[in-house]
Amino acid sequence: MIETLGPGGLARRLLLRRALGTGIVVAIARTALAADAQIVIDNFTFSPTPLIVKAGTTVTWVNHDDIPHSVVCPDLKVKSHPMDTDETFAYKFEQAGTYDYMCGLHPHMHGQVVVT
Amino acid sequence: MSIDPNLQRRGFLKCMTWAGTAMVWTVAGGVPRSRLIGSAEAAGTDFTFVQISDSHLGFDKPANPNVTATLQEALDDVTKLPMQPAFMVHTGDITHLSKPAQFDTAAQLCGGTKLTMHTVPGEHDILEEDGKSYLNRFGKGTKGDGWYSFDAGGVHFIGLVNVVNLQGTGLGNLGHDQLEWLEDDVAHLTASTPIVVFAHVPLWIVYQDWGWGTADGAQALSYLKKFGSVTVLNGHIHQTLQKVEGNVSFHTARSTAFPQPAPGSAKSPGPMLVPAGELKRYLGIASVKLVSSKAPLAIVDTPLAS
Repeated sequence: MIETLGPGGLARRLLLRRALGTGIVVAIARTALAADAQIVIDNFTFSPTPLIVKAGTTVTWVNHDDIPHSVVCPDLKVKSHPMDTDETFAYKFEQAGTYDYMCGLHPHMHGQVVVT
Repeated sequence: MSIDPNLQRRGFLKCMTWAGTAMVWTVAGGVPRSRLIGSAEAAGTDFTFVQISDSHLGFDKPANPNVTATLQEALDDVTKLPMQPAFMVHTGDITHLSKPAQFDTAAQLCGGTKLTMHTVPGEHDILEEDGKSYLNRFGKGTKGDGWYSFDAGGVHFIGLVNVVNLQGTGLGNLGHDQLEWLEDDVAHLTASTPIVVFAHVPLWIVYQDWGWGTADGAQALSYLKKFGSVTVLNGHIHQTLQKVEGNVSFHTARSTAFPQPAPGSAKSPGPMLVPAGELKRYLGIASVKLVSSKAPLAIVDTPLAS
């Protein structure tokens, strides 16, 4: 598990060692493993936006509305399936850049992912 | 908007409401008039048709866990009409997720009325197979993404599709090809021909922040300027809203599934929850009467539901 930590892994490793035997270990480990990022859809809004991630990060959108939403990014030619309530869509951002996207059903919903 | 300038926004918003039943349209002297089913007797031998909208078959969330039952209820009212309507118009979002089973249920329930159904897709109807699952079932014989026109009762009907290739403007979109077709479609008609246009998203800008409008709707309407009577029927916003502008009257229909909030009155346009057990009561009490004091052709729309 620890080997999967990225930069700052040493500090985290120390922290992990100190926190061994407590619930904190679990929390930190989960965060580290999920080096990948999440965007939540709530009330017809993408959050956070902009989301800033490193190249190679997989971003997962999750829809918490009672109405389906989708993710459409013309620059990447990405078009997700419609996500019904609590469904997700994941995409791995390989290249640095600024990517604007919107909901294919409700195009007034805009979001942005910045890949560094 | 050419509504009475004394009508303040608050008053205007009060005029918007919703209910889960069908709308009956009667064309008398070239002027379509609407009312909710059950509110009045059909007038003589006038040409009538029915509009239903936003049945969202497949939706099962708390705002209405049984949209099939509420659609059936609306259709039952249609079949009970004293005078059989010429046909039924469905202004889109027939299904919630474009699933085959949802389209099948729609076809089965609506078929029970024995009425011909003229439809246009909502954005929820084209989520699968690039819209083909809609076109294969409800769009046979149509052009492009599902637009078409036909004549009935002395009225020229035009079904438009404004939910495909939505752009960053956040609004509905007709697109170049459809606009060209529309211009050509009405070119040969005399100015005295009553026109009824139906599409899912409102053709005019109802509320931009929620995408309730059509980016190139004004261009479409510019092709209809010569006509003495133009009626625009839309759905999408799950509430009744009316506006008269010159010779054009705009109407949006209620959903048969669930209500949505008045523009700007909530954080988002998502389904509006009403207290448990009160959905139908809420659905039935709508009353709208909005008449422009200046328009030469005032459409009297009195959708009263007791």
